[in-house]
Amino acid sequence: MHELSIAISIVEMAEEESQRQGGVRITTVHLRLGALAGVVKNALQSSYELACEETSLAGSALVIDDVPGVIFCPACNVRRPVETSEWFRCAECGSLASEIVSGKELELVSLEVEE
Amino acid sequence: MNAVTRLVEVRQNVLKKNDLLARELRHRFHEAGVFVVSMVSSPGTGKTTLLEKTLELLRRKYRVAALVGDLATENDAVRLARSGVPVKQITTGTLCHLEAAMIESALEDWKLAALDFLFIENVGNLVCPSSYDLGEELRIVLMSVTEGEDKPLKYPTIFNTADVAVITKMDLAVATEFDRSAANHSIESVRPGMKILTLSAKTGEGLDEYLSFFESRREVFQKSR
Repeated sequence: MHELSIAISIVEMAEEESQRQGGVRITTVHLRLGALAGVVKNALQSSYELACEETSLAGSALVIDDVPGVIFCPACNVRRPVETSEWFRCAECGSLASEIVSGKELELVSLEVEE
Repeated sequence: MNAVTRLVEVRQNVLKKNDLLARELRHRFHEAGVFVVSMVSSPGTGKTTLLEKTLELLRRKYRVAALVGDLATENDAVRLARSGVPVKQITTGTLCHLEAAMIESALEDWKLAALDFLFIENVGNLVCPSSYDLGEELRIVLMSVTEGEDKPLKYPTIFNTADVAVITKMDLAVATEFDRSAANHSIESVRPGMKILTLSAKTGEGLDEYLSFFESRREVFQKSR
């Protein structure tokens, strides 16, 4: 359950940004979460609520944009989606991937703030 | 009336703070010439027993020390202190993993340049520690023969962020009908080309190879300084 630590980091980053913007109220936090990031979406959602308690973000929403796991297969010369358990193999030919194209994201993208 | 909202772009990695601090620690370790190894595994794989043996054997030739993470008790540190090397417990409370900031504060009163090896034993957990860089040079993941050969497939992230897989409790391999090639195959499928070592801290089988692996990696590290 490191989702709570991650949620606390998100709240801290959002609060810092709110201060930089002159103490604006944040209504929504947008996050990109990769399928291979090792973070459970549901756990992160409920941890977020907890992490917001008694902060200026209390009552704000966390909107998570899922990023699929995608690898590049050098044998097929094409990008392929991957499941979490077998990251590095092409689903078609079984070759080792040469690159993870996406799926490791854990990124605070933007904040919706009240004017 | 609804309040008007606007969008503020942030575009920052959530773990950026930890990553920056870990980078700083790695730089400090490099400057001081201390080779840092972290150990991750599920609870009960034998991290502490293996570390106890490692400290006992390496201290004959090197200056070694250890940091151990645990949720609530200081039992591990007490056990390890018997080996006679500096050991410090990091009690994480309810936190299921170590973070770079905890390593930094635990090392505050230690002279890094006076060490050759520093071992960091993470909290027993195969999920959470994978997201946190601690500034270590080498991360080893342990799995015991009693856990099942498909452990890597169930926890691919931790195997993927580690540099070496160590299969422990080999003295029980026969009794548990451990299938070495199935284990190799599952490690290989989540981390192709990963170095795999097998050992038993109890009987001493495989320990020589395990320790000389650290020694040779440390030599490479020293040459890179």
